[in-house]
Amino acid sequence: MSEKILMKGNEAVGEAAIYVGCRHYFGYPITPQNELTAYMARRMNEVGGTFIQSESEIAAISMVFGAASAGARTMTSSSGPGISLKQEGISYIAGAQLPCVIVNVMRGGPGLGNISAAQSDYFQATRGGGHGDYYTLVLAPYNVQEMFDLTLLAFHMADQYRMPALLLADGILGQMREPLILHRPDFPPLPPKTWAVGRMKDRPMNLISSIRLGEGRLEAHNHDLQRIYDEVRKNEVRFEETHTEDAEVLLVAFGTSARVCLGAVTEGRAQGLRIGLFRPITLWPFPSEALVRHAEKVRSILVVEMNMGQMVEDVRLAVEGRCPIHFHGRPGGGLPTTREVLEKVREGL
Amino acid sequence: MVTFTIDVERCKGCGLCIAHCPRKLLSLSPNLNSKGFHPVRISDPEQCTRCLNCTTMCPDVVISIT
Amino acid sequence: MGWRYMAEIKKKLSAKKETSMPPSTQTHKRTFQRPKSLTDIPFRYCPGCGHGIVARVLAEVVDELGIREKTIGLAPVGCAIWLEDHFEWDMVGPAHGRGPAVATGIKRVLPDHVVLSYQGDGDLAAIGTAEMIHAANRGENITVIFVNNAVYGMTQGQMAPTSMIGQETTTTPGGRDAKRDGFPLRVCELLSSLEGAVYLTRTTITSPKHVRATKRAIRKAIELQMQGAGFTLVEVLSTCPTNWRMNPLQAMEWIEKEMVSYYPLGEIKGA
Repeated sequence: MSEKILMKGNEAVGEAAIYVGCRHYFGYPITPQNELTAYMARRMNEVGGTFIQSESEIAAISMVFGAASAGARTMTSSSGPGISLKQEGISYIAGAQLPCVIVNVMRGGPGLGNISAAQSDYFQATRGGGHGDYYTLVLAPYNVQEMFDLTLLAFHMADQYRMPALLLADGILGQMREPLILHRPDFPPLPPKTWAVGRMKDRPMNLISSIRLGEGRLEAHNHDLQRIYDEVRKNEVRFEETHTEDAEVLLVAFGTSARVCLGAVTEGRAQGLRIGLFRPITLWPFPSEALVRHAEKVRSILVVEMNMGQMVEDVRLAVEGRCPIHFHGRPGGGLPTTREVLEKVREGL
Repeated sequence: MVTFTIDVERCKGCGLCIAHCPRKLLSLSPNLNSKGFHPVRISDPEQCTRCLNCTTMCPDVVISIT
Repeated sequence: MGWRYMAEIKKKLSAKKETSMPPSTQTHKRTFQRPKSLTDIPFRYCPGCGHGIVARVLAEVVDELGIREKTIGLAPVGCAIWLEDHFEWDMVGPAHGRGPAVATGIKRVLPDHVVLSYQGDGDLAAIGTAEMIHAANRGENITVIFVNNAVYGMTQGQMAPTSMIGQETTTTPGGRDAKRDGFPLRVCELLSSLEGAVYLTRTTITSPKHVRATKRAIRKAIELQMQGAGFTLVEVLSTCPTNWRMNPLQAMEWIEKEMVSYYPLGEIKGA
């Protein structure tokens, strides 16, 4: 059931979606995720699915809303400026408790910014992103294999918790080509989507809506959502550790930054530095508890990001002053280097 | 025989049925329903020709004719 | 629930057949009962509001075509949103203006279902202009029921894209001024050049005759959708007595006097 091939990150996301039965993709062109849209156009033709190049990002996420309402596995993808436009729909999807997958192949901002890889949308991704009181699942791959694997997982978790899942990649991960093992996931079965519209037979009408008028209804709904979010926080935190057991300085980084940090750990260890990497894979829920355990042991934490300091806020919230926290960031398409990271590590020692 | 039923509680007294009854059988009751509207009433159901103008114009599905 | 529903219809049909009347009066033996596709919940609309008429007519058509279990309705932002309480078929509540895009998503998953996007003028012709045009241009096999009452009803009566020149609204004190506010937007005519739009028609609800014409138009649009013809839209010139500051009868007259001359009735694009 598995096959090893060479593939671009953007395409790996598309193929993963096909693997888990996504047959409805809606997208709009934006760099650096265009390979994904083109891939889906081709593959949906081959597998008899639906591909629509929508008139806008807003329309694309609205089509996702519709397809998810009807019980289909569905996906859209974009980059920062387009993801901003999708926030309306994402909020409605969260409010209506629909599962779907949204891919953000991040670029630099604010505004139109540029088309280079960046991690500038961490805030937007991990705080819901749109209006209202909600979260989305946020998964951060760091190589092409994870672009595939976490897309599989995103679909499963979205269905399991009936909430939108966001794959937060960046332009480098989207564009790079790496060996990839295609495999079918082995997730436990999910309950049928009895809440979906259509195929009405011997049942009362189903309603998919995010409006909750009437005394106390929205408050109750917000509590219901919160209970789901608590479940997710309890069950779904994912992270990876490298050489953390004896680390004096703990690097914390996700996605492409984590690749740089991994290089820094190898190089630093060779130079005798006791450093390790803590890589959050779920950015929401954020692996706060695991981080706290390290904070009590290490001399300092260095957060490395391709922005001016976004995830570092979550690290500070988690650590609550247990150890000093330093930050190294390269915004606007800049890429941190292992040398920069190691210099910062030495400062922290 | 015409069974002309008025669901008094649904009526908002908008008067559209009254305006379109060709036989002028409908009028607003001087009484109020529980929502505070004067509901429609029919003077002589036997005169109703089942033209269904009233049910066609009614925005609240107040009247049924069987 | 489904078989019971069908049984009820059959009973009703056979009951009709059994009634024996002299031929001269038989044509008058017409009845009206609450459509089965309407829930028991009373409409929340203001007295004399046209939404109630259009919604009821829609339910009548769905009943007559026997498609309730295959129908999915959209009740978007605006006064249309109340409809999620009123139909016995599945409903979806899209964001403001996004109905045609959401309907697209639904229809592509369930192509054998009937998808009805019920939209007001602000929803369809202002914030949802792009979604409307492109769904029509793709020839999405959906039906839009466009209730044009020339005002934003839910939000207390602001100017709509379809408000008339000179019309007083809360955002056009002194009346809509073409120089400042632009012109009333004719949706059917605007869409008529699009290949994907197969049936565009305008009706009103000012008299029993017109309500019946509205019903026929909606029926035709849905039948076209069932045949897979493409994008269909029925524009219904409707009333908002509350925000027009009129009684329900004056509101009906206002449509006839002010709106019909600008928004001509009839098929703008036939099929």
